[in-house]
Amino acid sequence: MNAQAHDDFARHVRGYLYVFYALLFGTLVTVGASYIPFGGNRAINIAVALFIAISKASLVACYFMHLISERKMIYGILGFTAFFFIGLMFLTLWSFSDFPRHTVTH
Amino acid sequence: MDIPYTVAPRPDTGLYNAKVGIWLFLASEVMLFGALFSTYILLRVGAPEGSWPHGWLNIPLGTLNTLVLITSSITTVMAWASCKMNQFGRFKVFHACTLLLALTFVGIKSYEYHDKFTHYEITLKDGRFADGHLLRSAPDHVVIHGRVVTDRTDLADLRAPTASHQSEEVTLPRAEIKKMESYGPWHNTYLAIYFTLTGLHALHVIGGAIVIGFLWGPGSGLWRRDPERFTNRVEVSGLFWHFVDLVWIFLFPVLYLL
Repeated sequence: MNAQAHDDFARHVRGYLYVFYALLFGTLVTVGASYIPFGGNRAINIAVALFIAISKASLVACYFMHLISERKMIYGILGFTAFFFIGLMFLTLWSFSDFPRHTVTH
Repeated sequence: MDIPYTVAPRPDTGLYNAKVGIWLFLASEVMLFGALFSTYILLRVGAPEGSWPHGWLNIPLGTLNTLVLITSSITTVMAWASCKMNQFGRFKVFHACTLLLALTFVGIKSYEYHDKFTHYEITLKDGRFADGHLLRSAPDHVVIHGRVVTDRTDLADLRAPTASHQSEEVTLPRAEIKKMESYGPWHNTYLAIYFTLTGLHALHVIGGAIVIGFLWGPGSGLWRRDPERFTNRVEVSGLFWHFVDLVWIFLFPVLYLL
């Protein structure tokens, strides 16, 4: 490996460390936010926790799994996966319209 | 005959074969965990108001396990970067850390499981409920460290502002006990999905640790013969490990905090 490539990797390593610190911080924020009552509205707690989780997952996927600079082939595979994953989630949500309203307590 | 495209990129995909393979495998894993997450949503949204358990898991231990797994992710990516920078010694150190962190994660998870299997809900014949950890079991009585409540819904939300956390040693004659059940996966739907999700995830951690252990130990001989191919193996195993971390990033808030 030449010196230029070595320096490039050293720069990448610094980036990994920043992502690591962000993940640690995000974890502590997630725990802290779960103790905030938000006026007794649990839906806000859920939204905040999921927002932080998605942000953390994006950091892992983009930097540790190198999705930020990957080949088109991988994006294609993940595009199909995302389509079916979102479909799966929506199927679950839509299934609630199959229940008579009084049997499901939201 | 050599396996083709273990190092050089395949002309049509632009990637070495193992990388395409691991991403296809991870795509199937997304659907596997996605199906279980959608099951969780279905069970939770369909549960009667106020009955879904909240605060049943140990948040400090869950937080610690999250930090352990995140740290193992950085040691994994650093192990791969060390191979790329031709620093095999550093690779060994980083992946030894990954293995130790994986063992720590499984150890903490085992402790949490043990805690649940020794935690009992006891229905008494007078209609009350005793709840706590089993201390002693004798032929004529049991002793738990917990509390007795009259309304079972008091046991559901342990993080509610009105929830009582007073525990004491309670002796219960067996003649007064109608039913006694531990907090195993059979106890309710919450624990069923908790054990299914975390059990499957723990199996992934163990599987990943075995592969990383192989690359750290007997499989590391490949570094001398074909360092680029070895580095690609480290990258592929690392992608799996990051996926395992990624799944836990969602499991932790969903099961422990919300």
